[in-house]
Amino acid sequence: MAKKATRQAFGEALAELGDKNQDVVVLDADLSKSTMTCYFADKFPDRFFEFGIAEANMIGAAAGMALAGKIPFACSFACFITGRYDTIRMSVGYTNSNVKIIGTHVGIGIGEDGYSQMGLEDVAVMRSLPNITIIQPADEIETKQAVAYAAEYDGPVYMRLTRQKLPDINQDGYVFQHGKGVELAPGNDLTILATGGTVYHALDAKKQLAEKGIDARIINIHTIKPLDTDLVLRCAKETKGLFTVEDHNIIGGLGSAVAEVLCEHYPAPLKRWGILDVYGESGGEADLYHAYKIDAEGIAEAAADFYNRISK
Amino acid sequence: MAFQLTRDVNTIKSYAKTIRMNVIKMLTEAASGHPGGSLSATDVVAALLFAVMRHDPTNPKWDNRDRFIMSKGHCIPAWYAALAQAGYFDEKELCTLRRLGSRLQGHPDRCKLEAIEASTGSLGQGLSIALGMAMAAKMNNADWRVYCMIGDGESQEGQIWEAVMAAAKFKTDNLTVILDHNNGQIDGYVADVMPIMPIEEKFRAFNWHVIGVDGHDINQILNALDEAADTKGRPTLILANTVKGKGVSFMENNIGWHGKAPSKEEEEKALQELAAI
Repeated sequence: MAKKATRQAFGEALAELGDKNQDVVVLDADLSKSTMTCYFADKFPDRFFEFGIAEANMIGAAAGMALAGKIPFACSFACFITGRYDTIRMSVGYTNSNVKIIGTHVGIGIGEDGYSQMGLEDVAVMRSLPNITIIQPADEIETKQAVAYAAEYDGPVYMRLTRQKLPDINQDGYVFQHGKGVELAPGNDLTILATGGTVYHALDAKKQLAEKGIDARIINIHTIKPLDTDLVLRCAKETKGLFTVEDHNIIGGLGSAVAEVLCEHYPAPLKRWGILDVYGESGGEADLYHAYKIDAEGIAEAAADFYNRISK
Repeated sequence: MAFQLTRDVNTIKSYAKTIRMNVIKMLTEAASGHPGGSLSATDVVAALLFAVMRHDPTNPKWDNRDRFIMSKGHCIPAWYAALAQAGYFDEKELCTLRRLGSRLQGHPDRCKLEAIEASTGSLGQGLSIALGMAMAAKMNNADWRVYCMIGDGESQEGQIWEAVMAAAKFKTDNLTVILDHNNGQIDGYVADVMPIMPIEEKFRAFNWHVIGVDGHDINQILNALDEAADTKGRPTLILANTVKGKGVSFMENNIGWHGKAPSKEEEEKALQELAAI
C-alpha cells in the first residue's frame, strides 16, 4: 500500500494546479521545504512569494491579493498560521477574502520536534470563525482532489495536513465531495468518525474490535466544517453510539462538532477521543500515537470500553 | 465614468470643510465614534479622493480603480463623508452611521459597503492587505495604485513592521502609505504610551522613500502624492504631521476627543467654527 504525507500530496497537487489556473499564487513563511510549496516555487517563481518568518503579514497580503482577483494559498505550520487568529478573523473571515489557508504539521504526528510545532488547537480556533470551510484529507488522492476543490471554491478555506506519511484509504476513482463524510467500512454496533491521520488507524481498529465481537462502522470526516450533519445523525440512529477520534485536542475539534449536532438534534452516546486536553511532547510518530492511544490499538481499546459501557 | 478630479486647492479645501462638518454631524447623531483622528485625517482624505485617485462612483468595483484602505479603521467617518460627497451614496445615509442595519459600520466592512476595499478596525492589518493588492497589480502589469492610511498609534503594532519589511522586498512602488501623525491615541500621547519616533528613520532604514508634510496643507499633500507616484523601485511613506481634532478648537490636541461624540451643544459650536474656516 502506497504511503504519502498529505503535505507531500498537497505540494504536488499545487504544482499541477499552477498549470491549470493562472490565478493561483502561493505564499510561504520560510517553511516551503516543509509545507512542500517548494515544488510550486520551482515551477512558478513569478507566482510564489516568500514572506519570511512573518505569518500575520503573509495572511493579510494573501487577503489583499484575493481581493484583487488572485487565488492565494498562504502556507505554514498549522500552529503558526492559525496562531495569527486575529489576522485570519479580520482579513480573511470578516473580509470574506478568497484565501486558502494551509496548515501543515498537524497533531502529535509530527513527532520529534515536540509540542511547539504541533497544531493541536487549530481546528478549535478556526471552527469559531463564520464562513471558513475546514478540510482535513486523509490520504493522497483525497488531498489532491481537495486542493483542486479549494481552488475552485469561492471563499476562505482552512486545510489541515500531516507531516507523517499516511497509507491510501480511498480507491482509484474516488471523488471528493465537499461537506460529505465517507463511509469506509460498514458496521452496525458502533460508529467511529475519524479525520486525517487517525483514519487509517480507525480502519485497523475495526479489525481488532471485530475480534471482540463489536461491529464498527468507520467514517472519514474530511470536511470538519460544514459538518455532514445528516450522516452524523443517521449513524446516531443506526448504531448504538458514536466515537470520534482526531489528532487534535478533543476540545473544539471534530468531537466537539459532532457533540454539538447530537446534543441539539438527536442526543445519543458519544465518546470524544484524541488528545485529551494536554500539550504534546517529543517522540517518534508511532511511539507518540501509541502513547496517546490514538493508534489502532488505543482506538480499539477506548472504543471497546465505550461500547461495553453503553451497551450494558 | 471616472470621477472628475480637481487640482484647485480652494475646491479641495471646501470638500475638506464639508467632510469635517459631516463628521461632526454623523458622530453627534450616532452618539459615538472617533472625532479626533477623523478630523486629523480629513485633508489627506480630501486630496486623495478629489484630486489624485482614479475612481468611479457609479462603478465602485471598476477593475482599474485606485484602491484606498483606511487601516486605522476607527477614522472611517471621514472616508464615508468623502464618498458621499463624491456621489457613491446619498449624503443622507451618513446619519445612519453605527445604527443597526446600516452599511456604514462603526469600523469599515467591505461586505456591507461596496466602496470599502477592506474590513479594518483591528489595528495593524490594513497595510498588509494594501501590500497584497499592490503585489497583485504588479503581477497583472496593471497601473492602478494602492493608498493606505495608518495611524501613529497603530504603528506600535508588530504586523505594521512585517508589512513595511515585505513592501520593501517586493518593491511595491505602486503603494503609498500616509501616516496620520496626530500624536494621540486612546490612553494618551503616543510619545508617552509607546514612542514611535523617529519614524521617518525607521521607514528609511527599511528602504522606503519618505516624505514629510504638513498634513493640513493641501499643496504639500498633493506634491507628496505626486512624488510618491513618480518614485520607482520602492514604496513611499508620507508622514503627514497633523493635529488631532483639527478645525474644532476644543477638540484640537485634546486626547479626550479620541473616541467621544459631541453633545448637541458641542456639535453646534463645532459646526460654527468649521463654517467660519
